Parts: sequence; C-alpha cells; structure tokens
Amino acid sequence: MKVRVLYFAGIREKLGRDAEDLVLPAGVGTVAELRVHLRGRGDAWAEALDEGKLLRAAVNQDMAHPTAAIKAGDEVAFFPPVTGG
Amino acid sequence: MKISVQPGDFDVGVEIKNISKNNSIGAVASFVGLVRDVAMTLEHYPGMTERAIAKIVDEAKARWQVIDCAVIHRYGALQPNDQIVMVAVASGHRGDAFAACEFIMDYLKTQAPFWKKEHTPGGAQWVEAKAVDDQAAERWK
Repeated sequence: MKVRVLYFAGIREKLGRDAEDLVLPAGVGTVAELRVHLRGRGDAWAEALDEGKLLRAAVNQDMAHPTAAIKAGDEVAFFPPVTGG
Repeated sequence: MKISVQPGDFDVGVEIKNISKNNSIGAVASFVGLVRDVAMTLEHYPGMTERAIAKIVDEAKARWQVIDCAVIHRYGALQPNDQIVMVAVASGHRGDAFAACEFIMDYLKTQAPFWKKEHTPGGAQWVEAKAVDDQAAERWK
C-alpha cells in the first residue's frame, strides 16, 4: 500500500524533509501505526515523532484521530498543534 | 463568500464593502488580527488550509444567519503591526454577525493548519499552541 506522507513546521525541520512517497508494510493501517512505523527509523524520527510529543495528523487534508484508517493513495500529514490566527 | 490564504496584505474596508452588497444585510461584524512585538514567518498546509476554513464557515452558516463572509489569512514573512488575519461576517442582524465572526476566529485558531515561527534576537523558534485557544473553541460545543 503506497501513501504520500507530508511533514510541517517543527517536524519538517527536525526530519529535514517535507514529503515522501512510502510503501507501508502489512500491519500499518492507521495514523497511529504509521507514526510508530516512522519512529522505527530512529534518530531524528524517533525524537520528532516521540510518543510524548503532542502531534496532530490529517488524512486527505482533514484533521484525523490516531485511530483513523489509512488506505492506498491517501495523503497523510503530521504536524504540531496549529498556531495561526 | 471569500476565502483566501495569501502572502500579500488586504484592505478590510474593501472586503467589507464586497460582502455588503445585498439589501437584506443589516449588520457586518469584523475582526482583524495583527502581529504583536516580533517578526514572524507563517507556514501553512496548502490545500488543507482552504478546506479547513471552508468547513469552519459551513459550520457557522449552520448555526447563524450568514448572508456573506470573507476570511483572509496571510502566510510568509510578517513584521510587527502587520495584519495577519481578517474575518468579516454579513448578516441580517448584529447578534448573528458578532457570534459567527467570533466562532470562525476561535475555530480557525485550533483547526486551520498554520504555524508561526517567531524571529527573536536570540534566534527563531516555533510558537507553542496555547490551551486557552482550545478552550475558546471548546465553549462553542
């Protein structure tokens, strides 16, 4: 299953990338599972996506809960809580 | 209905005139947010930002009479005293205009994907989200 993953703000800076196309292994089917999977890359990934960090996610440009399902072709984004306005 | 996410400045007077061209409009309430104290850079999520604002406006329309409205939010480099955001709501009466304007602003602060990075003499740092903004949005539930 292939998805597009986007990173914004402080997370984008820590990871040194803003987007990537990713083939997900079996067993990665939700936002929370994807976060754990990415954390497995270690170093900056483990730190930026650490369990204790307050993060938000979106699936196909809608705010998504950690339990939200991911399907092939989806656009998934990780970012810090928003600070606009 | 106007939703715009743009680097450039806006003219509140012009925007208010543009949403007031209907004889049933008796009230226009508006809010303008400015940069305080320090220069900043605003990042956003192109596509999702416009979509999130449109959803907030739809929610406001479901709760109050909104005959027309304009929501403009800037991104990129901004200096102290620059305008960042404006919300203007045109309605039949002031109660709906005030409430919808405040609701849109409160939700925008917690739902629209913008991030501020402040440039202080000590270096640049990302602004942390505030619990008080979540509480402001919560009270509309």
